Order: sequence, then C-alpha cells, then structure tokens
Amino acid sequence: MAELRIDWDKVAKAREASSAIADDVNDQLGRFTTVTVERSIARLFGIDGVDAFDVPLSNVVVDHLKDKNVLGEGVAYWLAQGVLTSGLSQQELAEGIAAGDIDLTRLEQADPYACSLWAREQAEKALDRIRNNKRFRNDKIEQFGERPSPLLYAIVATGNIYEDIVQAKAAARQGADVIAVIRTTGQSLLDYVPYGATTEGFGGTMATQENFRLMRAALDEVGDELGRYVRLCNYCSGLCMPEIAVMGAFERLDVMLNDALYGILFRDINMQRTLIDQSFSRMVNGAAGIIINTGEDNYLTTADAWEAAHTVLASQLINEQFALRAGMAEEQMGLGHAFEMNPELTNSFVFELAQAQMARQIFPKAPLKYMPPTKYMTGNIFRGHIQDALFNAVTVLTDQRFLLLGMMTEAIHTPHMSDRALAIENARYIKRAMADFSSEIEYKEGGLMERRADQVLSEALEFLENIRVDGLFHALETGLFAGIKRRSTGGKGLDGVIAKGERYDNPFVDLFMTEQRGE
Amino acid sequence: MKHRIPEHEGENAMSTEHRVKPYGDTMNDGRVQVSFTLPVPDSDRAVEAAREIMLSMGLADPLIAWHEALDEGFTFFVAYGSHEKGIDYSKIKVQTVDVHVMSMEETDAMIRERFGRKIKVIGASTGTDAHTVGIDAIMNMKGYAGHFGLERYDMIETLNLGSQVPNEEFIREAIAFDADVMLVSQTVTQKDVHIQNVTELVELLEAESVRERFLLILGGPRVTHELAKELGCDAGFGLGKYADDVASYFVTELDKRRRAERNSTPT
Repeated sequence: MAELRIDWDKVAKAREASSAIADDVNDQLGRFTTVTVERSIARLFGIDGVDAFDVPLSNVVVDHLKDKNVLGEGVAYWLAQGVLTSGLSQQELAEGIAAGDIDLTRLEQADPYACSLWAREQAEKALDRIRNNKRFRNDKIEQFGERPSPLLYAIVATGNIYEDIVQAKAAARQGADVIAVIRTTGQSLLDYVPYGATTEGFGGTMATQENFRLMRAALDEVGDELGRYVRLCNYCSGLCMPEIAVMGAFERLDVMLNDALYGILFRDINMQRTLIDQSFSRMVNGAAGIIINTGEDNYLTTADAWEAAHTVLASQLINEQFALRAGMAEEQMGLGHAFEMNPELTNSFVFELAQAQMARQIFPKAPLKYMPPTKYMTGNIFRGHIQDALFNAVTVLTDQRFLLLGMMTEAIHTPHMSDRALAIENARYIKRAMADFSSEIEYKEGGLMERRADQVLSEALEFLENIRVDGLFHALETGLFAGIKRRSTGGKGLDGVIAKGERYDNPFVDLFMTEQRGE
Repeated sequence: MKHRIPEHEGENAMSTEHRVKPYGDTMNDGRVQVSFTLPVPDSDRAVEAAREIMLSMGLADPLIAWHEALDEGFTFFVAYGSHEKGIDYSKIKVQTVDVHVMSMEETDAMIRERFGRKIKVIGASTGTDAHTVGIDAIMNMKGYAGHFGLERYDMIETLNLGSQVPNEEFIREAIAFDADVMLVSQTVTQKDVHIQNVTELVELLEAESVRERFLLILGGPRVTHELAKELGCDAGFGLGKYADDVASYFVTELDKRRRAERNSTPT
C-alpha cells in the first residue's frame, strides 16, 4: 500500500496528551458507578424479564436499591447477600422485589467475604456464556474463512424486526458482510432497555435482546447458506450503553457503535454518566470479542469537514486511550471517520484520501470504519451515486476495514431494497476494479496530500495539548468539540451517577480485564 | 439581488390551456424513467408484470431496460415509458413564501433601521427527532452551501436548542428567551411523525395563548410552505432554502406586523 510520510514525533506527542486526558478523567470518575452499570451486572447475573408494567427486572432491582439509598454498595453485593441469606435464586429475588414481597436490605446476614466469592462464581458463569459465543464466532470464521477488507456494512431501518430480517437477508445475499440494525429515534434517551420482539419504530428498530436474538438467528441461517459469517451490528450508546453491551455479548453481536463522547455532544447525556458507562461497556465488548465503532463521523455533519478534520483525529486518539484503559485490544477499536467534504471544493477527493490514509497509518491495527457522504447528499440520486463511488475508491485505496455503504437516496428515505443492492454493486465494482491500485502508486513527497495530513496532525496535536491543560470536562464545557457546549453537571442521566460505598464490588472488572489480556 | 417572485406567477394567471408532457429528447415525447422493485422472482412473468405496472401508471409504450433479482423473491426494474396525456400547466397553482430575498447585510441593515434592536430567534429539532442537520444548516455560523447561518448576522440573536427537544421545553425556552421567531426543524418523517409533532406544538402554543406571540416557521426536507400553513405555522421552508431565505421572510413579516400594529393603535 502506498504510504504517506508522517511526522511520528507529533503522533507520539498527540498520543501522550490523549493518554493524560484519559487518565485525568478516569481518576475523577473511578469512585462512581451508575444505574446502568449496576443493571448490567444484574443482567450478567442472569436477571431477565419484565414486571407487570413492562419494567425490566434489572431496573426493578436497581431502583429498589436506589430508593433505599444503598446502591453505592453495588448490585453484586446485595444480590449475593439476598441469595446467601434467603436461599432464593437471583431471578426469584428480582421477581419478589417486583411483587413487593422482598426488601433486599433486610437480607443482609451473610459474611461479606462469602458474598464476594458468590459474586465471583456467578461472574464466571456469565463469562462462560460469553466465551461460548466468542468461540462459536471464531469457529464459524475459521470454517468459512475471514472476509477480505473492506467489509461491506449495510443498514436496515424499517422499524419492524421481521421486515428488517427480510431486508438483512437480501442484503447479505447481495454481498453485505455486516448488517447494522439502526435504532429507533429516541431510544438513546430511555433509561431502560425495552423488552421483547418489536414491530414499531421511527427511523429504526428498538434494540431489545429478543430483536438481537431474532436477527442473529436469521443471519446465521443466511450465512450458512452462503458459506460465510455475516456480522451483526447494533448501537451500544445512550443511557443504557453497558446494558446493551451485555445483551450484545449474550446474543453474539459482532460490532457495536460505542463512542466515549458522542452521547455527551449529540444527545446531551451528562458527561460523567457517559464516561463511566463507556468504560464498563468497553470491558464487556472487549471480553466478548466485539469490535466497537466510534462516531467521529458525526463531528463532520455539524462542523465543516475541511476545517474540523483535526477534531476527528483528536477524538480517535482519545477514544483509543479510553478503550485501552478498558483493556480493549487495538484490533477491536473500529475508530470512525467520514467522507464529508463539500463536493464543490477543488481537490476534495485528494484531501479525503490524505485524511483516510493518515488514519490508516496512525492506527495500523485498528479496523477503521469509514462513513459515506451524508451532509452533501442532495436528493439528486445520480450525483449521489457518484459521490458514493468516490468514497468507495478512498475506502479501497486506504484499506479501511468497514465500508459503510453509501445510499444514493440518502436524505430522501430509509433505504429501499434496490438502493442497498445498487450501493453494494457500486462498492463491489470499485473493490474489484481498484484491487491493487494502491500498491502500484506512490504519494508525492511533500505533495498536497502529505502537506494536508501534516496540517491536520499538527492541529490535532495543538488541540489535544489545549484540552490537556484544563481537562476534558472543561473542553466539553467550552465547546471545543463540534462547537457544542455541555455542562459537567448538565444533561440527562446525572441522577444515575452514584458514589461507590465501602463494600462496593463489581466482580466483572477484573474478570473482563484478564479475559481481554487473553490470560 | 434577485426577486423571489414565484417562478411561474405569469402562468398562474393564464387561462388558455397549456399541455405539458415530460421531455426526453423531443418535444412532447413524454418519456419518463422509472425504477422499482416487485416482490416476485425474476422471470419473464415478472417482466410482464413490470410492463403492466408501467401501463397502469399511465405510461404508454413501456420498455423494461433492465431487470435483475435482488433476492429470491424480489426483482428490480429500470423502465422507460411515455406519459402521453400530460397535464394542463395553466391550471397549476402553488403557494410559495413570496418575499424579496435579501443578503445578510441588507437584512441586518433593515433590522437596524426598522426595529432598532436585535431580532431573537430560537430553533430546535423537536420531538424524538435526533437530526440537527436542518436546524444547524439554518442557524450555525457556518451556514450551508455558501449561505451564512443566522448566528453570523449582527442583528439576530440566536438560541439553538439542538435535537430531541420536547415541545413543552421548546415553548418554555422560547418564552424565557423572549423570542420573536421560533424555528422548528423536522427531518424524520417516517409514518408522518413530523405531522403529529408539529400539530402538537401548535396546539400547545394555542393552549398557552402564546401562538400569536411568535412567528412559527417549519423547516425540513419534506416540508412545503403549503404543509406548514396547513399545520398552523406561519411559513415553511424545504429543500434548497437557506438562512437568507428564512431571515428575509421573518424580518419582512415582522416588519409588516409591526406596521399593522402601529396603524391600528389609536394615537
């Protein structure tokens, strides 16, 4: 592959600044947990189902402890006490709490050490379940052979899981390697995960564990028929980020959208809440062998892609550091970026190529995810199809791992079946036609592309060093990202941030960190 | 400087029939290109079905230029046909926002001269809609496609609440901000969610007796001026409209209202 000459000293300095930024955040937030982290632990312990009002039992248990002002000790501790004191299972306890028959705080007679042993034992069971899924995936990929880059990533978004399945299977047969089920608009702000199969949604489909299971089964079926493993993607974001990570780990999702800053900037979720949630969700994703996709493309839908290119690189570096701190391997960090420059700009293709190539070289092991044009898609589907073709060319030339298929009907409607088919045809044609192009060329030393890459890198370094001075919270408060200002005590979900008590225990942290190291 | 007279105002008044047909490469050939998918397996029968679909759309002489299987039971067609009947262009009437579009400098100058204070504009993408692209295109400093956003105007004070703003909160903020203009953006239109949402906004404004206090402007890719009026807004802007279109409209309209108010006030 043709490569750019990059000033690696600047890259090292930018990484160092990002590392300091992430350390500072983790130091400040390490003493907190959140309601959704605790609900994730309840789910990992096998608590499933809903009460008579469709409230998930994991919410019932956590709300119960929060109402009693004892959530700081953690769900693991209280469930251990409950099980060891009463002899009931954790599921029976949850059902009892839902029925109003059980008060967990009255079942605190067990030895705290016995509690931590019990919690550890339960955690091992959850890990076994996750490992089985990981093994199944690895076996399938070994059986069929790994798919070459770029993986073609198609979106379904009908709102109805059964209709999504029809579209997803068609897309897989046409050549899609990854199917992402877009989430219904607004779900990110729900502080619970809906339950069961769903057939109503706006601009997407509810992320529920049952919907995950249904789609997984459908893709396995079509994958066996086609002789390849079809990957499934969903959204591990919003107020239930780590719970969705758990659901994905249990139902063998392969890819999850998960960004450290996205919820803060674009959904006005409280920054403390999201930064704590992303940490645990990444441990879960990491242990489950799930590739995360970060959302840097979103910066460019609000800010200008030429002017704000450095914020993309800066955010990729910050996302990388947070992921490393959650124990994640670089091979699972699907850092994001996008082809969003104004098509009226002279040399826009050259600059996009420079940016994508730079990202490829700075994150050599990361399965980068490249997003197609959306901002300058107009409704002129014929021009749009060409914009997507140029995007596909950059993807192939710079060896991106995930190619999110651009739809010529972007900005018009959720894709028709034929839109998707034409997008896949477009991408496959370019992938075939340009297969060895990048190994046949060299980029000019000191040329337009190298100068552009160096400019973006220099600006990113300066940007990160500024953030380092006052910290990430301050940077978010002053609007350094995407021009959006967020208060550290503002936004949604702050009331779900809880200081850890003396007996607090989350047995999964050590377990998942160890699992990720492959020990 | 361009005058935004509705493009075909002349014809609006025309009374003699004026038949218009789609143009391919010869006047009145009526040629139209269509693509669609039928949920049947790709076969001769499917192609015949596609031809009949074309005929039933009123497209004569159908040519199925391309067909291919999208999946076992789905076939995609690219087809051409002729719309022989055409339409009577003299009968076409459209409602457009009929206002002289001013540059940013002209708008600022007009506000200075006529109002002597800044015009306050609050904007949001309301309801469950998570897209900010529309409201940002109009409000952000940078603007869109070379048209500066409202934040760049010296004489306009803005507050962009972003996305997923509940209608109640939008109204509360508009009152607190003492806005002159409310901009509501709706991008997601699946299952007509935008219609329900804007209807609810207007009802809430009326219930709180503050509807008259604000100019209410609706924007979005599926929005037309006509639809916005129907839903109880003052104006609507769809694709291809930018901050200068919106600003020219609200400054002109506010000025008109200001003068009407002054004239009706007994001296």
